[in-house]
Amino acid sequence: MSSIRGFVVYGLLTVAGVLSLFPLYWLFETSLTPQQFIVKVPPEVVPRDLSLQNYQRLFATTPVVRWLVNTLLIAGGITLFHLLFDSMAGYAFAKRRFPGRSVLFWLVLSTLTVPAQVTLIPVFFLLKNLNLLDSYPGVILPGFADVFGVFLMKQYIQTLPTELESAGRVDGASEWQIYQHIILPLCTPALAVLAIFTFQRYWNSFILPLVVLRDSFKYPIQVGLATLQGEFNTDYGMLMTGAAVAAIPMMLVFFAFQRYFVEGIRIGGVKG
Amino acid sequence: MTVFARKHAWSYIFIGPTLAFFVLFTVIPVIQAFTLALQNATIVGGTFVGLENFVTLARDPIFLKAVGNTVLYALIVVAAQITLALLIAGLLQPLPRTGQVFYRALFYLPLVNSAILVAMVWRWIFNPNPFGLANAVLAVFGLGPHPWIGSSDEALAAVILSTVLIIPGGGVVLYSAAIGGIPRELYEAADVEGAGWYARWRHITIPLLRPTTLYLVVVYTILAFQVFERVYIMTNGGGPNNATITIVQLIYSTAFQFGRYGLASAQAVVLFLMAVAVAVVQFRWLQTDVEY
Repeated sequence: MSSIRGFVVYGLLTVAGVLSLFPLYWLFETSLTPQQFIVKVPPEVVPRDLSLQNYQRLFATTPVVRWLVNTLLIAGGITLFHLLFDSMAGYAFAKRRFPGRSVLFWLVLSTLTVPAQVTLIPVFFLLKNLNLLDSYPGVILPGFADVFGVFLMKQYIQTLPTELESAGRVDGASEWQIYQHIILPLCTPALAVLAIFTFQRYWNSFILPLVVLRDSFKYPIQVGLATLQGEFNTDYGMLMTGAAVAAIPMMLVFFAFQRYFVEGIRIGGVKG
Repeated sequence: MTVFARKHAWSYIFIGPTLAFFVLFTVIPVIQAFTLALQNATIVGGTFVGLENFVTLARDPIFLKAVGNTVLYALIVVAAQITLALLIAGLLQPLPRTGQVFYRALFYLPLVNSAILVAMVWRWIFNPNPFGLANAVLAVFGLGPHPWIGSSDEALAAVILSTVLIIPGGGVVLYSAAIGGIPRELYEAADVEGAGWYARWRHITIPLLRPTTLYLVVVYTILAFQVFERVYIMTNGGGPNNATITIVQLIYSTAFQFGRYGLASAQAVVLFLMAVAVAVVQFRWLQTDVEY
């Protein structure tokens, strides 16, 4: 690469990167600006008076900690379910022969592109009939139905050699032992991808908890955030601070497991 | 225990838990979405009304506007996302590995956040006041201030801009992987024949990336059809004169604000059919395989 071309390439990429990250920067910048300076003309792109005033107001006037804990429980519960049961189902679909296998897998695959909003109303009625509206199970159980992980685990387990299972059977291992001691340990990279994608997805989920939950103390952070904005007079300092508090945990997860995000896109495709 | 049961029991145990929830919360609800769409359903029950809901929708100017907005949003956003992803992946290609990893992470970072959070920042940027950032930027060039999300003419533009101004990190990753898979010899042969960078892109890279492009077009289109949080947050659920109303926003308000679950289900069925149509087109195009 010639130096001029290299300069242009790095220049363009850096400009694109800065533009892409700017909304996040602006979010944190606003959250750290005291209320009286937020509505300044022109706005201060480089902050001069940093303060945690907005954070103090947010923690004092809203149950934001409770919202974060709720989100952790909801997203965490759904993720644990999928780690266990998707690896089991993925293993069965990838390696075992049984009647109905291809029909069932086709059914799983064909619903991957169904927009989630199509099932929203029937799921709402079902939860109502099960008396689960305004409850944590009401937002957790529908998350168990997500089959993206089954697909992901099947794709991965298919690439594992079959000889190991055969050797296990010869040694007299039970079917469960083969899954637990042979398949599962080999799945660690795929399980990491699955955990991150599932956790991210349900940390960020909005419309289902919005329609299922009534009690604002049960809200996950995204629904809680949406209640911070008034229809006419929006307190942007509070809003951006709430958004910052919601963004920090997810960004930490990203920095810690960055390579699995990229890996996940390669294996499982774009999910939003 | 029969031989059949002994042989296959474990398979069904392995798939059982996931499948049970999948049937209960996905398969049956998809079917119910269709049956509810044929009913005059409210919270207390409903009666069969045939295709009446669909007739109502066909005559409803707000629904037609929602479909129009959704399609317009999808067309512009998908075209921009594919172009941006391809451009960025092309720029990344000659970089050393560490550079690629760094920039890919940079472009992916904004995407780990929720649509709600992102929409809030854009609501703040596109607010109609002179202290809004979008207006401050325009003021530097002696333009504006624009009413943006406060006006029926500009609200949809603001919502679309908020999406296309972000690099689609997922698309960049997939395009990068696909470009990495194109055999070097093809480019070497092109060099021997004296092809410039444009000819190489036009005749080697873009044609060989077709499967990735098709996949991304379908996924991004179906995602764009589902646009909701941006509209809900940036424009208080539809904007002035329903300027930014979209199908999902309308499903939400029809069902959960006005209690007309049957009509909302009919809207959901239309959304479903739109997604299916896009997926079918993809499968038909993918029949023609690309060979290296």
